[in-house]
Amino acid sequence: MTSTVATRVDPLPTPSRQRRQHVLLLVAQHSITIALAIAFLVPFVFITLTALMTDGQALSPRLWPSPFRWSNFYDVFANTDLLRYAGNTLLYAGLSTVGVLLSSVPVAYALARLRWRGRNLALIIVLAAMMLPSQVTIVPQYVMFAKLGWVGHLSPLIVPNFFGDAFSIFLLRQFFLTIPEEYSDSARCDGAGEWRILLKVVVPLARPAIAAVGLFSFLYAWNDFFGPLLYVGEARGNWTLSVALANFRSLYHVQWNLTMAATLLFMLPVVLLFFAAQKAFVQGVTLTGVKG
Amino acid sequence: MSPWVIGFSVFFAYPLVTTAYLSFTHYDLLSSPRWVGLANYRFMGADPNFWPGVRNSLWMIVFFVPATVVFAFCVALTVSKARRGAGVLRTIFYLPTLAPPVAATLGFVYLFNARTGPVDKILGWLHLPQPLWFDDPHLSKPSLTLLGMWGVGTIMIIFLASLLDVPEQLYEAAELDGANAWQRLVHVTLPAISPVILFAVVTGVIDALQYFTQGYVAGTVAGGGDSGVGSGGSLGYPEGSTLFYPVWLFQQGFQYFNMGYASAMAVALFVIALAVTIVLLRSARHWVSGVEGVQ
Repeated sequence: MTSTVATRVDPLPTPSRQRRQHVLLLVAQHSITIALAIAFLVPFVFITLTALMTDGQALSPRLWPSPFRWSNFYDVFANTDLLRYAGNTLLYAGLSTVGVLLSSVPVAYALARLRWRGRNLALIIVLAAMMLPSQVTIVPQYVMFAKLGWVGHLSPLIVPNFFGDAFSIFLLRQFFLTIPEEYSDSARCDGAGEWRILLKVVVPLARPAIAAVGLFSFLYAWNDFFGPLLYVGEARGNWTLSVALANFRSLYHVQWNLTMAATLLFMLPVVLLFFAAQKAFVQGVTLTGVKG
Repeated sequence: MSPWVIGFSVFFAYPLVTTAYLSFTHYDLLSSPRWVGLANYRFMGADPNFWPGVRNSLWMIVFFVPATVVFAFCVALTVSKARRGAGVLRTIFYLPTLAPPVAATLGFVYLFNARTGPVDKILGWLHLPQPLWFDDPHLSKPSLTLLGMWGVGTIMIIFLASLLDVPEQLYEAAELDGANAWQRLVHVTLPAISPVILFAVVTGVIDALQYFTQGYVAGTVAGGGDSGVGSGGSLGYPEGSTLFYPVWLFQQGFQYFNMGYASAMAVALFVIALAVTIVLLRSARHWVSGVEGVQ
């Protein structure tokens, strides 16, 4: 023991002070990191705990449920049309994702690889569409769908996705630009047409970016509130989970414990999706920022 | 290309032009639009909810955006300095971003529920004041800012990626020149990632101009039971403090069906968004390294 301590003692006072400062700094850094991590997790913990309480407990000064009321999750389904809203949300999110991918991949390819008149202008339009607050164009869109008799249905939310989505087009274009042109050139030499090159060469190479775009489209629709509120807000049968949950408390006269149980159920699929595809998420987010 | 050219014209170009046209008309969706000149724009001055909406949205740009961007940067810095468990930390800090906005808002309204929410319960044990949070007109927007800080994951990941991209040699060189940690942050890190800061601020401001869901949900849920869709009973609760510009636009256009006036508000929003973006990109020349504007 003594020998180890002796070797650690530094003959010069300054470096030892520096080291102590270094250790203190490290401790401070770790405490801040841990405190931050706890702060980010605490809301989830409280939401979960409340979802397991009885109504009386949720309003009492106690923070820990006793007994654990697992039947809250059953009650949520029994008291509301949660399954129906989940089905609507899944329909909206699923079809939107298909639409975005089918339409945005070819446009992104045309913007990244093909040479045609007006390409730069088209790119500027895509960028402008990305920056434009959605409320700016919402009135005429609503009028258009109202004239078609689509208000009250999910179609105004789904159909536009089949005509391209600016953010997805931009993200995919940025990724396509990083694929070496030699690949498509050699396919072209073998007599492949542009569609063939896109499907057989570019799409397989761009799988991470396409996965990210698909995930983002799905999440956007799953989480969307403004769109469903606008088009199906008055048509309860076509509500999505967002709209249903926003009206949950007032509509069903439910208590906080059930509201938190429903909130948790609403978050769960997204969280599971994230853990299943974490890599695609992080890659996708990074791609938007670094190239933007 | 042609299907997508059609798509863009139908869902982008045509609505943009039509919004401008409708802003000069009176239109309720039932009868055809009637030309009223500048009446809609003049009415903005008299509309008792227009300027509060502008003020609330301005508050978001001035306080919410800087708070979330700075916080995202600090979190990213913390993760980048972590020796172990950086992956786990990144996941923890990103997770709340995934929570659907309506779910996250409901969760926060409950957490910060006056008196009975967990936050006030804990403050009560500690004999600290128990604020009314979402029920206090002075604290509703700061409470929403806390909610925003919880969900900074996206910007945090982008910051983190760019922080890890800063060449190590720059830090070593600065250290040799005797720069301390703070000086390295200010003179090496910040200039190196300034393009990403610009990106975060521009997208933050554009998002703040569109801020709708959290404000609308917090207002109606905290405002109590009478809030069902469309009733607008507790709009902007408490005391109009969550009545953001887009919330009022939505109310005018799609609850009162004043389509002409809502279009005028949309045009004003467009002009403001454009102006703010241009000012930010112009200013970028002075503080973003190595680029003239973006791209």
